[in-house]
Amino acid sequence: MARQADATDEIAAAEPPGEIQAVPVRHPGRWIAAAIVAVLAVSIANSVITNPNFQWGVVGDFLFDHRILHGVVVTLELTVIAMAIGIAGGIILAVMRLSPNPLVSGASQFYIWFFRGTPVLVQIVFWFYIAALYPSIDLGIPFGPSFIHLDANSLITAFVAAILALGLNEAAYMSEIVRAGIISVDEGQTDAAHALGMTRLQTMRRIVLPQAMRVIIPPTGNETISMLKTTSLVAFIALAELFYTAQLIYAVNYKTIPLLIVVSLWYLFMTSILSVGQYYIERYYGRGRSRTVSLTPWQRIRQGLLPRHVEREEIDETIDQARMRRGGGEHR
Amino acid sequence: MSEPMVKAEGVRKRFGRLEVLKGISLEAGTGEVTCLLGPSGSGKSTFLRCINHLENINAGRLWVDGNLVGYRQAGNKLYELREAEIARGRAQIGMVFQSFNLFPHKTAIENVIEAPVQVKRMNKNEAIGRGREQLGRVGLDDKVDEYPARLSGGQQQRVAIARALAMDPKVMLFDEVTSALDPELVQEVLDVMRELAGEGMTMVVVTHEMGFARDVADEVVLMDDGVIVEQGPPAEVLDNPREERTKRFLGLVLEH
Repeated sequence: MARQADATDEIAAAEPPGEIQAVPVRHPGRWIAAAIVAVLAVSIANSVITNPNFQWGVVGDFLFDHRILHGVVVTLELTVIAMAIGIAGGIILAVMRLSPNPLVSGASQFYIWFFRGTPVLVQIVFWFYIAALYPSIDLGIPFGPSFIHLDANSLITAFVAAILALGLNEAAYMSEIVRAGIISVDEGQTDAAHALGMTRLQTMRRIVLPQAMRVIIPPTGNETISMLKTTSLVAFIALAELFYTAQLIYAVNYKTIPLLIVVSLWYLFMTSILSVGQYYIERYYGRGRSRTVSLTPWQRIRQGLLPRHVEREEIDETIDQARMRRGGGEHR
Repeated sequence: MSEPMVKAEGVRKRFGRLEVLKGISLEAGTGEVTCLLGPSGSGKSTFLRCINHLENINAGRLWVDGNLVGYRQAGNKLYELREAEIARGRAQIGMVFQSFNLFPHKTAIENVIEAPVQVKRMNKNEAIGRGREQLGRVGLDDKVDEYPARLSGGQQQRVAIARALAMDPKVMLFDEVTSALDPELVQEVLDVMRELAGEGMTMVVVTHEMGFARDVADEVVLMDDGVIVEQGPPAEVLDNPREERTKRFLGLVLEH
């Protein structure tokens, strides 16, 4: 602030000085660092290309192998369904956690404690063997008659076990993210909505959650990317998602390294797509927040707009404001 | 005085062990402007929030338009109202806040139509038409599609007033609505309120704007430390205060 005021003083002084053409400071350290990085990058790239053990030809053969592609689809299915369960469950748990009823909020806390406190790999295997614990599942009145009788062994397939384990575990983490989002919304928003005659549910759905989304989205993007990779753990219960499919293939042809590279490339590709999606969702929920809506990279390319231009205008505005505050608006 | 729109009898409110309202009794007449004055911490805002049940009271009774606030009385017994009933009561009471509390993720018009559409189940197109009128009434025809972040404080507060008016309230509560505004923006908000008062809106106004209270108020109520010190027409209370505490408060305020 003090700096700005000084700058204003100088601007207000009689003769406005001309364009600055100073000799830039030299940064020898930066050049040395850049040189080291460049040498390292070139040598790594060289080894990746020339080392025959990478077997890039084999990577190319298997990258679009139909088994691998099927594994990719299963991985995506697991990720989407588990995250859907996780987000829905997370919202319910977060609202429960904020309930004034101690039993309800306590139940939510217990759930979070349990599912966060045990490794997800253990949970996956546990769900896979759930039939050993509950051979049959009955739906009906507790301690009363049962209406639907299901055989756990046929109901809980590897896929169902994986979804249950990943989804229920995720709900515990998501609930904390959602709760943080809800708490971040100013209480005045709730006051205003209530004063207008909106019920608690309407207020939550229409006013609080949409604003909480701004805080919820970035860590949720993180969770989704993390989930995409965590699905590889279900290889443990022999579910043919991307990683287990690759394992099955290299168990036969011994091309371990190239297949691991294929798997890694696919994971990298999918997480990259997710990151882009996250950017656009964040932009949507950020509406009304910043004074100027930031352009998407594509818009920026099309308009050929330099960000520098915007900065310049902002600085001018700040100087104008400082001038007004000092009551000297006449000097322009 | 006609039938009171807001009536309070011995209203008490505690936050934990701190008693903020220590028996408030007053009547705000229909079509009248009642200004609540007093030093900060005197309980004015809390009392205002009790009127639409944003705070529940610990003792006494509060009525709005003849209906008990927050409870239903059958014989000598009080029954707490259901959430939906409380919401229905609040829908008839407009409130404007010191910090505007506009919904930042909605444009001006979306802010205004939110409650008519969601609470009154009004047709959206009808709500938009009426919402435009409300925004025009507060002089913001040209800001209909702006987000709150792009509006000045005074404009935001006028949107907040339009938002409250869109519900056709029986009474409007104003909670220090100009306190968060830059001095040059205060007037535009006060002008809207003045106009509203001229149209016969019942208003309960917590304010530090002595000029507004003097010009517009039918009744001025001076509160201090959770009790009403003095009340009456502005000419009496502001110009010829009887109580020592009123004189001291006015002296402090008018020094500026």
